[in-house]
Formats: sequence, C-alpha cells, structure tokens
Amino acid sequence: MKILLDVLPVALRAMMPIILAAVGEIVSEWSGVVNIGLEGIMTLSAFIAGIGSWATGNPWIGVFAGLVTGALIGLIHGFISVRLRGNQVVSGIGINLLGMGAVGFGAWVLWGAKAPMLDQRFWIPGVFLFGVSLSPFVFITPALVALTWALLSRTALGLRIRAVGENPVAADVVGVKVEGLRLFAVVYGGALAGIAGAFLSLDWLHTVSPTLPAGRGFIALANVVFSKLNPFLALLGGFLFGYFDALAIQLASVAGFGGSVPYQFLRMIPYLVTLAVVSFAIGRARFPAALGQPYRRE
Amino acid sequence: MRSFLETIAALLFGILIGAVIMALWGRDPWASYAALFQGAWGNARALASTLSRSLPLVLTGLTFAVGVRAGLFNIGAQGQMLVGAVTALSVGLLALPPGIHLALALAFAGIAGMIWALPVALLKLLRGVSEVISTIMLNWVAHWLTLFLVVRKLSDPVRGERTFQVPLSMRFPVIQGELTWALVISLLASLFLYWFLWHHAKGYEIRASGLNPRAAKAAGISVPRSLLWAILLGGVCAAWAGAIQVLGRFPYAITSDLANLGNLGFDGIAVALIGRNHPLGVLAGAFFFGTLATGAARMGLRGIPIDMIQIVQGVIVVSMAAPEAFRMFRLRQRKGEK
Repeated sequence: MKILLDVLPVALRAMMPIILAAVGEIVSEWSGVVNIGLEGIMTLSAFIAGIGSWATGNPWIGVFAGLVTGALIGLIHGFISVRLRGNQVVSGIGINLLGMGAVGFGAWVLWGAKAPMLDQRFWIPGVFLFGVSLSPFVFITPALVALTWALLSRTALGLRIRAVGENPVAADVVGVKVEGLRLFAVVYGGALAGIAGAFLSLDWLHTVSPTLPAGRGFIALANVVFSKLNPFLALLGGFLFGYFDALAIQLASVAGFGGSVPYQFLRMIPYLVTLAVVSFAIGRARFPAALGQPYRRE
Repeated sequence: MRSFLETIAALLFGILIGAVIMALWGRDPWASYAALFQGAWGNARALASTLSRSLPLVLTGLTFAVGVRAGLFNIGAQGQMLVGAVTALSVGLLALPPGIHLALALAFAGIAGMIWALPVALLKLLRGVSEVISTIMLNWVAHWLTLFLVVRKLSDPVRGERTFQVPLSMRFPVIQGELTWALVISLLASLFLYWFLWHHAKGYEIRASGLNPRAAKAAGISVPRSLLWAILLGGVCAAWAGAIQVLGRFPYAITSDLANLGNLGFDGIAVALIGRNHPLGVLAGAFFFGTLATGAARMGLRGIPIDMIQIVQGVIVVSMAAPEAFRMFRLRQRKGEK
C-alpha cells in the first residue's frame, strides 16, 4: 500500500494539465461556448512550446509560446462558434484532428521523428522545497484557479460572461456585447489549455507527439462536468483524475506488479475512472441555458 | 445545391492549406498533388488500391453519419473499429469451412461492436453522460485492450511485428489487385442505412429524434430507443470497418503497433461530414479520403509525411463547422462589385 503514497509526487504533476484545461473551459462554457478541441489545443501547444524552448533555450518562453498557440486556436474556434455561428462540436473535432496532423507533420519536418524526446536543457527547472523538487506549476496552477474564480464571481466582467451564457437576448438588450465577451471567454479557455499543453511537454513528459495528451483534453472536459463549472471544484476533480492517471503510470513501472497485471490493463485505469466519476457526478450538474447555442441578433 | 458548393469549397480550402504548408516548407505543391492523384487514380492497379482503402472509411463514416441523424456526436468509431478488428481476427483461431468462417467472423465482430457501443447509450440515457466524453474514454480503453490482445495473445510466434494471419477460409476473395469483395459489405451497409433511414418507420423515428427531439416525443416517438438504435447500428458499422481491414487487406493480420488499423475511426468523421451525413454521400466522402490515403503513400516517396493528409482533413472538418464562412465571403464579393 506504500505505492498509494509514492504516487503523490507524480499525481501532483498529472493533475496540472487536467485542472488548467478544465478551468479555462469553465470560463468558455459560462459564456455559452463549448470547446471539445482542448485535446487538439494541448497537442499543438505542447509542440509549439517545445519549439519555443528548443529555439530560445528558455523554457518560460516555451510556456508563453504554448499560451499564445492556445489563445490563437481559441480565437479560431471562437470566430467559428460566435461570429460565424458554426457548429461548435464539429469545429472542436476538426481542431483535434488538426492538432494531431500538425504535430506529426511538424515534428517529422523539424526533428525527423514523430515523438522526439526533449533534452533536459529545455525542461522547466523544478523548485526545491523541503528537499524535494516540485514543479513550479504547483504554485502557478492554484493561483490561476483562484484568479479565474475571482474573475467569474467577483468582477463585473465575470457577471457579464455568465449573463451571455445564461440569456444572451436579455444581456444584449441591456447593452452587453455578447459576441465580444464570448470571444474573450473562448480565447481565455484556449490560453489555459495552451499552458496545459506546454506543461505536458516542458515540465512532465519531456516529449512531443501527435497523441501526447492521450485523452487528457477529454478528461478535462469530464472534470468540467464534475466541477459543476466551479473552478475550485475543478481543482479537486483534477486531483482525483490526476491521482488515478499517476497511479496507472506508477503501477505500470513498478517491477513485479506489471507482471501480475498486464501493463496494458493498468493504462486503462484513468479512462475507466473518468467514466465512473462522470456517470455519478453528472446528474447534479447544471449548465448555462444557452450553452452550445449560437446567438443571432434579431 | 448550396450545401454541395459549400462542401466543395471546404475540400478546396483544405487542399489549398496543404499546398501552402508544402510551399512554405520548400516543396512543390503542384508536383506533390500531381503525384498524389497519379498514385491514386493513375492506373487500374492504383484505382483498385484507392477503392480498397475507401471501404473501411465508408463504414466508419456511416457510424458518425447515423449518429448525427439521431442528434449525436458519436466519435466512438475508433474504439469500436479496434474491437471489431481484433474480434474478427480471433475467430481465425477456429477451423471452419470457407464462407461460413467469414460470415461468422463478421457476425462476431458486429456483436463485439454493439457490445462496445452499448455503454455509450446506457451512460447517455441513464446518467446523462455526453457521448463525446464516453466514446473517447472507451476508445482509449479499446486501444489498450486491443494492444494487449495483439501483443500478448495473438502475436505470430515467428514474426513479432504482427499477429498470426487469418486463414484463407476467412479472407474476402480478391477482385483485382488490393480490392476484395469486402466491397459488398461497405456498399450494402450504405444502401441498407439509406433505405432504413428514409424508407423505414424506425429510421424515420431516428431522423425525427435528431431533428427535433421534443416534437418527436410529442408525436409519440421514443427518443431514447432511437438513440440506442443509432448508437448500436454505428457500433456494427465501425466494427465491420476493422473486420474488413483484417479480412480483406494485406497483411490479413494486425500489426503490433496497430498501424494497419491507423485512424480509420477518426477519419470517418471527416468522411461523414463531406458526405453531408447521408449514407450515399458517405460513399463519395470515403472515395475522396481513400484517394488522399493512397496518394499520400506516393507523396511519401517524395519525402512528404502522411500526416500532411491529416492536416488537410482537419482543415476540412473545421471549415465544415462554419458553412456561413463561405456565404459571407460571397456576400462581401457582391458588395465589392457594387
């Protein structure tokens, strides 16, 4: 049972991308736009962040590059969903396919391999505390969660974002700019998913590949459901999902255990846990009334 | 007519973006695309290969299309396809007379596809879980399960890079070159679903549920039952896509990295969208992506990775999400003329 504790440091990393992407998506969904392209954003941002760090030698420039990539894809998705009133789910599916293809192509062109490892020089350096090396995201992520919560619950901007997601007609009548706010919310969500992607390649897995997030973008969507659109609950949900993700990785790598239970079965754990958690959590969730619906001014 | 033009515009836009990327990379897009179409349509042999690659795409395209008709975004074809492929392969462990063996493999694969799709319907109907989340989770579980079976249980003792090959009694007979009579499965599935959705009461109920669930319910249609049928039928189609890839194409096995099954399930999404989620339109969409897949192999000889095709595909799907983009462009042109 010692392994349940040994997993904690890994879990502390595994939870980060699921929290970051989910918290960004919470803002987007409060405004009424669903983005199921989180997986594709994370894939591409992880890759661009890798390039940024590799080209400049500074991993934080890499993180920024990931953020900008995410924000730009968010802008495209926002433009399609809000301005063109397109189908949000189809756009998201397209972003996922695009992310997979672009990274496979780009990594091959740049490095001649589909899943190249990043040299240690390009990783985000750990922060030493109590003798253990912690990811700086242990501090950054809760700060972003708190910031997002404050934005949504304690500012006029947040109130407006929630208004356009709940009742865009009423918001428009009182002079709230529906399109602009929704666009902002989707770009915000994209930027956070972009940071999540940069975290994957620069701080945790140290590689880029077309399937790097391995479903974590969708686990983040499940976390949004679990959190009932509350950023602090997303922090808790992220820990839950991250813990089982880490447990699967740890168990698979422990000699002996991998022999008695096949490695491949251990790798199924995070997905099965996500299915179980979502199916129990969802009954209580309440989503904005205008979620997924484009707004057309009469 | 308008929707047809929008589809063509999305296809051209995808191809254009591909050309721009190749040009930026310093490759000649014209020569590359010429090689692509030459490689896909250049001679009878190439055409047979293109058709052969289109066949599983028809089936995974149908999975997504039937889902959309019922109002679902069923992106679970990938997992159901994998489960279908490995189930069909496993039937190869039995010794049975030709014909019966093939039929049994297809039957078992279809059942396996339904079983893999069933939780999607149950979670959606009983617990309100979005099919987008449940299908992706099940896709990953299917991926690891298939990998386990392929690597640990069904691998060829002599050749580690693939499983055993299915016996001759289970293979589809060859028509010409790479093309086999698996053609019949894809064509019949497409024709059947067209007949079912447009000329059968149950199919009508599925479409009504998708168009307006409230109105459908008011008219006495059981919307949950429609969703269940759409998901199960989709499961059968996707599983058959995996099955015919194993039973109807070299190497008549599954490679240990699952590469010969590739992304057939996800490719079906773009196929269906191009086919406007119509069972017969899906045939055209599958032929288009079959062309790209076959031609990409030829482009690969010129040093252009196959992922290029996936970029084109992604751009096409994103463009299909916003048909108004092209309408707006036309309006602007008209304004400009004034």
